[in-house]
Amino acid sequence: MATTTQATDATRAEVCAVACAELFRGDGEIVAAAVAGFVPMLGSRLARSTFEPDLLTTDGGPSLSAGPVPLGAAADAVEGWLPFRDHLWLVLNGRRHVIMGPSQIDRYGNTNISCIGDWARPSRQLLGVRGGPGNTLLNPTSYWVPKHSTRVFTDEVDMVSGVGTDRGAHEIRAVVTNLAVLDFDTPDRRMRLKSVHPGVSVDDVVAATGFELAVPDAVPQTRLPDAEELRIMREVLDPKGLREREVPSEARS
Amino acid sequence: MKDKTMSPADFAGTIESGMTVGIGGWGSRRKPMALVRALLRTDVRDLTIVSLGGPDVGLLCAAGKVRKLVYGFVSLDSIPLDPHFRAARESGAIKIAEYDEGMYVAGLRAAAQRLDFLPTRAGLASDVLTMNPDLRTVASPYSDEEYVAMPALRTDVALIHLNRADPAGNGQYLGPDPYFDDLYAMGADRCYLSCEEVVPTERLLAPDADGHSAPVQSLLVGRMYVTGVIEAPGGAHFTSCAPDYERDEAFQKEYATAAKDPDAWRAFEERYLRTGEDGYRTAVEGRAATAASGANERSV
Repeated sequence: MATTTQATDATRAEVCAVACAELFRGDGEIVAAAVAGFVPMLGSRLARSTFEPDLLTTDGGPSLSAGPVPLGAAADAVEGWLPFRDHLWLVLNGRRHVIMGPSQIDRYGNTNISCIGDWARPSRQLLGVRGGPGNTLLNPTSYWVPKHSTRVFTDEVDMVSGVGTDRGAHEIRAVVTNLAVLDFDTPDRRMRLKSVHPGVSVDDVVAATGFELAVPDAVPQTRLPDAEELRIMREVLDPKGLREREVPSEARS
Repeated sequence: MKDKTMSPADFAGTIESGMTVGIGGWGSRRKPMALVRALLRTDVRDLTIVSLGGPDVGLLCAAGKVRKLVYGFVSLDSIPLDPHFRAARESGAIKIAEYDEGMYVAGLRAAAQRLDFLPTRAGLASDVLTMNPDLRTVASPYSDEEYVAMPALRTDVALIHLNRADPAGNGQYLGPDPYFDDLYAMGADRCYLSCEEVVPTERLLAPDADGHSAPVQSLLVGRMYVTGVIEAPGGAHFTSCAPDYERDEAFQKEYATAAKDPDAWRAFEERYLRTGEDGYRTAVEGRAATAASGANERSV
């Protein structure tokens, strides 16, 4: 009974963090590069703390930490050195799974973080392509979208900075948002609704998506954190609640 | 060994309009900001800037000195985008070549080895190839593979900032990341190295008062690549230069806020940039003192 109480007590941010942790299930001894925000960073360290103990994670700097460190803390013990030059070598080598944050994503998982409008003279300059092209072609890639909307999930992206399943992406594992988990497990590798978070309806997700999603007849609910996962997130990895800044807790599940 | 030390003004006097200038560091980290400020005080223009950009790119764009920008990104790290860079892009004021970060580094490595290009997979299938029509691919002679032929990012001049150097130009970094400063030095016809402190060669690896000495691999840049050495304490300000100092987040915020408003930017330029490096230091220190006294008043 206690476990059930704790689990239903989970916030939306905690459900999202567990969904991000699930992205790394089965990855084994590779670097989890969760660069898109607090929730995926928490997810990668939670996975390492629980079901994927061989994952390599950083403290946000150039150090590979000997264990999963709390968000915002420096590593107590360091097991390796990963300065930017070696991180970019690692992308080419491939022993890495990255979670990025797209400004736009289409039905095949092509993503844009470069600019909105005409590339030669954009209406809104964004980050530039950064490592998106190499990441998506060479590493398993997932995405984190803290605010699922038709502006992000768009029919066509203005510039393909991350390549999608129709352009030869290495592997787009899944997209975790504040509403749902989406993957590409369809015959033509189009985006599919994999699960909805507790308190979210299929219609909510469809309405917030600017293209036609593949929607199975029965859409399961995203799994809840178990009691041990909640304890690790709340007491060990994110006691300051940084996850709530990305997914505010009024959206309680 | 030759003494290559020089003043920021002497350095700036060697830069000509139309040159291609590589700038070391990464984002808002260990940027050669004193050298950039020295450039701002000259009338050089039409520069091609090669940079994993931060406020170095922003300041040069704001001063109208950039004809073309070659980059993987332009970010202030704690602030995702530099406002001057954004404005230059959205007004069409600069030409650009935008690359994947890995492609960019392949270009630096090609230049350092005096190759025309290096093959890489990064960039294939993305719009980087569409948007940069000069980019070509190359077929492997051993298989059916095809790669991006990333052109060498060779530069006329490289500007880098390190923690220490000797007068001959042996440069040392003491922080956790070398970034790509050695590659910029190797890929340029001339490299100017600014540093927090110029020390005699024998001090580079000598034990300090606590008995700690830096490892030999901290000697990142060899003097055969270095034309001039400029002692510039605080020369990376307001970017980080660990372990000497971290980023000045308050000042960076002041910079980014001012950059969004023409009047505020003119005032920022007047206060910090229309003066020598000593004047900049004084103005930055004065700002810190004002903030401190303000804090005291509030606490009374």
